[in-house]
Formats: sequence, C-alpha cells, structure tokens
Amino acid sequence: MSVVDRQEWDVVVVGAGGAGLRAAIEARERGARTAVICKSLFGKAHTVMAEGGIAAAMANANENDSWQVHFRDTMRGGKFLNQWRMAELHAQEAPQRVWELETWGALFDRTKDGRISQRNFGGHEYPRLAHVGDRTGLELIRTLQQKIVSLQQEDFRETGDYESRLKIFQECTVTRVLKTVSDSGSAAGGRVSGVFAYERESGRFFVLEAPAVVIATGGIGKSFKVTSNSWEYTGDGHALALLAGAPLLNMEFVQFHPTGMVWPPSVKGILVTESVRGDGGVLRNSDGKRFMFDYIPDVFKEKYAETEEEGDRWYDDPDHNRRPPELLPRDEVARAINAEVKEGRGSPHGGVFLDVSTRMPAEVIKRRLPSMYHQFKELADVDITAEAMEVGPTCHYVMGGVAVESDTAAARGVPGLYAAGEVAGGMHGSNRLGGNSLSDLLVFGRRAGWHAAEYAAGAAGARPVVDDVQIDAAAAEALRPFSAEAEIEEPKGGPPENPYTLHQELQQTMNDLVGIIRREAEMEQALEKLAELRVRARRAGVEGHRQFNPGWHLALDLRNMLLVSECVARAALERTESRGGHTREDHPGMDRTWRRINLLCALTDPTGGLAATDPVRGQIALTRETTEPVRADLLALFDKEELVKYLAEEELYE
Amino acid sequence: MSGYTAHFKVWRGDVSGGGLEDFEVEVNEGEVVLDIIHRLQATQTPDLAVRWNCKAGKCGSCSAEINGRPRLMCMTRMSVFDREETITVTPLRAFPVVRDLVTDVGFNYTKAREVPAFVPPAGVAPGEYRMMQEDVDRSQEFRKCIECFLCQDTCHVVRDHEENKQAFAGPRFLMRVAELDMHPLDAAAETGLDRKTTAQDEHGLGYCNITKCCTEVCPEGIKITDNALIPLKERAADRKYDPLVWLGSKIRRRSSAG
Repeated sequence: MSVVDRQEWDVVVVGAGGAGLRAAIEARERGARTAVICKSLFGKAHTVMAEGGIAAAMANANENDSWQVHFRDTMRGGKFLNQWRMAELHAQEAPQRVWELETWGALFDRTKDGRISQRNFGGHEYPRLAHVGDRTGLELIRTLQQKIVSLQQEDFRETGDYESRLKIFQECTVTRVLKTVSDSGSAAGGRVSGVFAYERESGRFFVLEAPAVVIATGGIGKSFKVTSNSWEYTGDGHALALLAGAPLLNMEFVQFHPTGMVWPPSVKGILVTESVRGDGGVLRNSDGKRFMFDYIPDVFKEKYAETEEEGDRWYDDPDHNRRPPELLPRDEVARAINAEVKEGRGSPHGGVFLDVSTRMPAEVIKRRLPSMYHQFKELADVDITAEAMEVGPTCHYVMGGVAVESDTAAARGVPGLYAAGEVAGGMHGSNRLGGNSLSDLLVFGRRAGWHAAEYAAGAAGARPVVDDVQIDAAAAEALRPFSAEAEIEEPKGGPPENPYTLHQELQQTMNDLVGIIRREAEMEQALEKLAELRVRARRAGVEGHRQFNPGWHLALDLRNMLLVSECVARAALERTESRGGHTREDHPGMDRTWRRINLLCALTDPTGGLAATDPVRGQIALTRETTEPVRADLLALFDKEELVKYLAEEELYE
Repeated sequence: MSGYTAHFKVWRGDVSGGGLEDFEVEVNEGEVVLDIIHRLQATQTPDLAVRWNCKAGKCGSCSAEINGRPRLMCMTRMSVFDREETITVTPLRAFPVVRDLVTDVGFNYTKAREVPAFVPPAGVAPGEYRMMQEDVDRSQEFRKCIECFLCQDTCHVVRDHEENKQAFAGPRFLMRVAELDMHPLDAAAETGLDRKTTAQDEHGLGYCNITKCCTEVCPEGIKITDNALIPLKERAADRKYDPLVWLGSKIRRRSSAG
C-alpha cells in the first residue's frame, strides 16, 4: 500500500503561523531546503487573530525598560514556574526580532519621534507592546508571508522555480511524524525521518522525507466549548510529539483569557483584546463597582493601585502612581470575573461590563481599537464608543507543550524533532503575559529553524531511512473512519458515531469539568468521560469520499484532542495547588514546594499503540521532575522579599 | 427573539458539476450565515465543504456569495434577512470550484508572487527605521487587507473574463503595489524598479475602469479605488506622459548603468 508520493526535503515545518513561518525563513536562509505544511490557506493561521501587540523591551515609550525588566515581568506572570533560560532568551532577543520585521516591510504604529509605538498591557511594568491598532497579528503574519514570497522570488531568479528551496504545502494535514527503526526494532528509539500527511482538497496521502521536523502547530483550545481559538487548534503538534515519543510539559496550565464576548451565543468566546484595558478600559459588575480592587493577590500588592483615583492618575503619570488592577495578569482577572458572576453580580448575559467609552473620545477608540469597534457593532449591535461591552473568560492559550531544550528548541527524547511557539512548553510557566506570545513565536521560531537547519546539514551524509511499515500503519489509521461506515451492517461494539457529536461532548466535558476552576471529583469524572469518548471515537464514521471532507478531517483530529485533553485532566488532577492558569477549588493556595515540580506527560504505551481504554490507566502516564535552580544572576534581579513569596526556604539559601 | 426555521439553498458539487440543494435549518438569536452552514454539517450534511477559521472577520477564509453578493459568511448576520426569505449560498464565481463552497484561489497566490517585495533602504540598520505616523497611515490602510479575495471575485475585469487573468493582478495586488509605492522607506526606485510603471505595464492597472465594485465588497472598508487604484493611475500616468519624468528616468538609468 505504501505507494504514496514521496519528496525529499531538509527541514519540514508543520504549521504556518508566526513560529512556523519564522522557522522556515531561518532554515531557508541557512541553506536548508525547507517545506512548510499547514492545514489552512497560507496566511490564515491563528496568529492572524492576535490583536494587542508584540512585547519587546525596545524602551521607545519608557527609557527605563530593558530585557531584565521584561524577564522579571515574565517570571512573575508565570509565577516562577517558567523555564527561566527561555524567559531570558526571549526578553533579550525580542527587540531584534521586532526590528527585523521592519526590514521586511512591517508598518507598526509610530511614536511622535518616528519610532515604533508601544502600549501598556497586563503584567508589563512599562508600555512594551509594539502594535498596529488592534490587528498586530495580521501585520505579523502578512510580513512573514511576504518575506517568504521574497525568498521565493530570489529562488526563482536563480533557479527558475519559485519553490525550489522553500515550498508551502497549504491545506494539508500531518497525522504522524515518522522515525527510523532503531536497533531494537522499535520505532520508539529512532530519530526523525519525515512526516505522513494528507491533502485536504483531494484526500491524497503523501510523505515528506526529512531529517529534521519543526512542530509549530499552536494550541489546543478546540477541546473546550467556550474558546477564542479557531478550528485548527486541535492539539495536533502536541499529539504528534507524544506519539513520536517526546514528552509534554505542564499541560495543566491552560489560560482562560478574561475577556471574551459572551453575547450573542454564536460569538461566545471570541476574543476582546486586552488592549481595551491597556488603553484605559475598566471592569465593573452589575452594581457598577470596579471590583478588581478587591482581587489584588498578596504577591502583587505593592505593584497595583489601591484606589480608583490612583489607578486613573497612572495613565498620565506612571512614574508616581501604581497601575490599576484591571492590568493584573490574565489568570487573576479571569478568576475575579468568574467569582463576580458566580456571586450574582454579573451582567445580563453572564459576564461583567468592560467600558472604554468613558475614557476616550469616540474617534480615538475607533482609531486605537478599530476591529473591536467593528466586531461589536457588526456581531452584537453594541457601540463600544458609547456603551459598555459584556465580557467573560474564554479558553485562549495553553502554557503547556512539548518539552524542549531552551537554546535550540529541540524536543527532548527525539533527535531531529523541534518545537516552537504555543506548542512548545516552558517559556510562560503557569501563565502567559499578553504580548509575550507574538515575541515567543519570533524568538523561538527563529531558534528552531536555525537548529533544525544545522542538524539537517549534519545529517546530510546519512539521510534517515523512512520505514514503510509506519507509512502503511499511518495510511490505515487515516482511512479508518471510512470503514467504520462500512461496518454498519455488523458494527463492532456499537453503531458508527457522528464525529461532530463526539466533538461537542468532548468540548462540554472539558469546559464543565476541567475548566477555569477545578475540583478533584470533577476531574476524575472527566477522565472517565474521556475514556468513553476514546472508545466511541474509534467508531467515528464519515459519509462521502476523501475530497475536501470536513467530517473526515474532524474524525482524524479527534485522536489529537482526546490525547491532549487527557494530558490536561491528568496533570490538573495531580497538581494539588493553585498557580497561574491552574486553579483548584480544593487546593486554593500556591504551594512553594510545587514551584520546582514539572509534570511530564508521556504515552503509557511507548510503542505508539492507542488501544488503552481503561479509564484509570488511560493513554497518558505522568512523571514528576524537579527543575533546575534559577541562575544566581537572574535571581539577583529580584528583591529578596519578593522571592520569599515564590521560592522554598532551601532555594533561597542555596 | 426565539429560534425559527430558515430556508437555505446551498450549492453542492465539484469540478464535474453540481447544483443548489434545499435545506430547512434552525436559526437562533444572533447567528451568522456561517453558524447555519456549521449546523448543516453537524446535523444534515457532514461532508459539506467550507473554509473558515477565525469566525470574527479577521482571517478572510469564509468568503462566499450570499444571494449573489460576495460576503464573509462569519460577518453576515441572519437578522439582515426576512425569515421567509430563501437564502442562497454559492461559491466565489471568479475561481474554479474544488468542492461545494470551496474554490481554488491559487490565482491570488500566483499574482502575489509577481509583485516584487519591499526593498529595505541601504545603510539603515534594524532598529534605526524612523517613519512618521502620517506617512505610514496610507500604506497601513492597505495592510488592513485580510485577503478574503472578495474584491478579486467581484472585479468584472476577471469575473466574466477568464482571458484577462493572465494580464491583470486584480484590485488586491494592485493595492499591494500602491502600498509598497507609498511606503516611506521602500528603496525599489534605487534599484531601478519603478513600481508605478510596473503597475501599468506588468500588473494590468489599465484594465481597471474604476467602477468601485471592489471597494463596495471590502469587509475591511478599505477605499481600494479612491485611495489605492486612482492615485496609482495618476502617478503612473505622470510617469508615462511627463517628458521631464521620462527624461529623468533615462538619465538615471544611464548613470546607474555606468
């Protein structure tokens, strides 16, 4: 059966968002023939939806900013769980990555003296986010897309073929990372040899052979019912890495963005940018009270205003006043909104009020927040220049992801595999600051592309051999939903399942039982439900044929969503504390002894079999790992009084 | 407002042919056309092919023709139609059908490659770019483009004239030329590339007769005709017919060749 089309490349990048495109540019510029595979059309990746900006300590708006301050803010935002070397590299390199975009044609909003304008955001001490109105993600993706086109134009001039060194395979989905067969005969020990994929348009299978694969597939939000994420966010890269034998890190940390739309129902979850608060928007409950002043946690007490008057003064005089608590990190604001609604002080449609209309004149709002104005006007009949928005938490981002080496973005345990962007874990610790995602994509996308290209060059003499057995198995796995349909006459264990129904049940389960506030019994219930869904998903059947068939595509994506959801539920059950994007009602405090603990998820069956249907055992095994101590010179950037809140006694005196 | 049942006609088929199929489908408060298409997938036609991503008018994936008008399905509220009205959804007409509502938009990616990229100014290091807001406003307007290709679909130069596609880049990519031409730091001219002339000679600007159909369908409200195409035409015309400009371009070329 393995008569699928095969092509040879040096580096294959899975995903064409910010991280994937930046990786591809770097790999190609370093001489690697590079292929990019993406599920949507080129230029439509989820990065396009990022609104607020790119965090980078360029110090254009406040000369006191520096990489050290940015590093500090990032560690505080992540409650010190961050893989600190990543946070260091990120803070140091972000300005170069932003400036480089200008040389590729990006047009950011400007300061009065013609430099890149920077805006305030939650958790950032100074105005730090380079932006273009509230459509920064679009500018980022378009700039990278156009840089890729310019490289292709160069290649065309030299070789007569636009795609000789850099090709985009758009509307294609990777279902397996392929590996060499190790000496023991098991695929578990080998190195990367390529990817198995299908073309969405035709349903045709193909294999890209390559010694290095960069995973840059983004997040997992489509496993939750209320989410700001698009259909692509089915945890593909997380699952591909797991199946290839690479562990996932910190999967219990899922960010619920505090401000998603709550009405009308069809747009529930769509993002309302944090820039609304950065530019002066305030949160009020149904009593008209600015409730965030009641929710400043101890660790942030000294850094936030205690009165509305002080918070209001900060916008004009940040040096002598503290910032308003609407600009606390996202996890804090999301929990506060959740609590207000629960206690009966919510808005008519179950959110709270976010109002920017009293802070700025209508024309300024339209200029600074054009797509928010448009979005509310068109979809909810709300004029944000004259009235308050209704907002509530929405699943937005996963901090957890593929465990990687900080400097190289190499996935642990699988030679030739790299991961960057949202799919990689560690950088943001237990909670990501707004604006740190776009900078993360650029910094680690570049590093992944660089090291993947270097690794591929080293492997040039002995290209890894693709294993036909794995190709056959991948093809059979991908075709299974069609045979489920054929089994109608004599179904094994039950009738075929509708993949859309399974997906809806999965989303409801994760939303209700492993959502923003978690409880032990509910997570146990979630694991049982996931086990049931896993069994039923094996009977997910589809109608029609392989040509552009969304039902079939969803049936295949279910494997990934179920794997990733189990990782989230299992790790969340294990971590008996509350920190960042993980809140336990039964363990409400942050526990300093947990700070040094990472939870790693791996397959229980490392040979890659997915038969496990036992709800207790499941498909995922957890291990605890104690993290490396934070380097002394980085710890020295903080006051001792602050460190005491996070670090255990023995860490402080080591 | 409570739910009701709407009448839909959706084009189904592929390259070998197809036609409109009738559906009765539930509609709830606040929904958009894309919600209804998704409900059809989940309950009646699991293999109905459609592109979408952000569902918030930011990515430009879910372009289709609704009652004959090019629109984003995610930004078309059901409340703009009468409850009795039959709503017809068809694929973009100017591009070849792949399946159902999905068309082959490869034409646009081909044209994108034919526009020479931004040329960075020599001797200006990263971090040293200085541009005033008022000088980037115009190009920023064009960079709001989400590449939904509705303007490409509606433009009558190619909509009913397949033969023009070779010579004509379409409003989206003529606007891209204008964007680069108005970029305060683009150094294309220093390398001998005159973007105004190429708009005319290589991207088919002359085919455009400023009927503003593109501007009318743009979901981002970009004034494509007034702000991009007409100024580009004027500048291209200046180049072509102004004898001083003509002479200047000859002199510069000679000196750079020497």
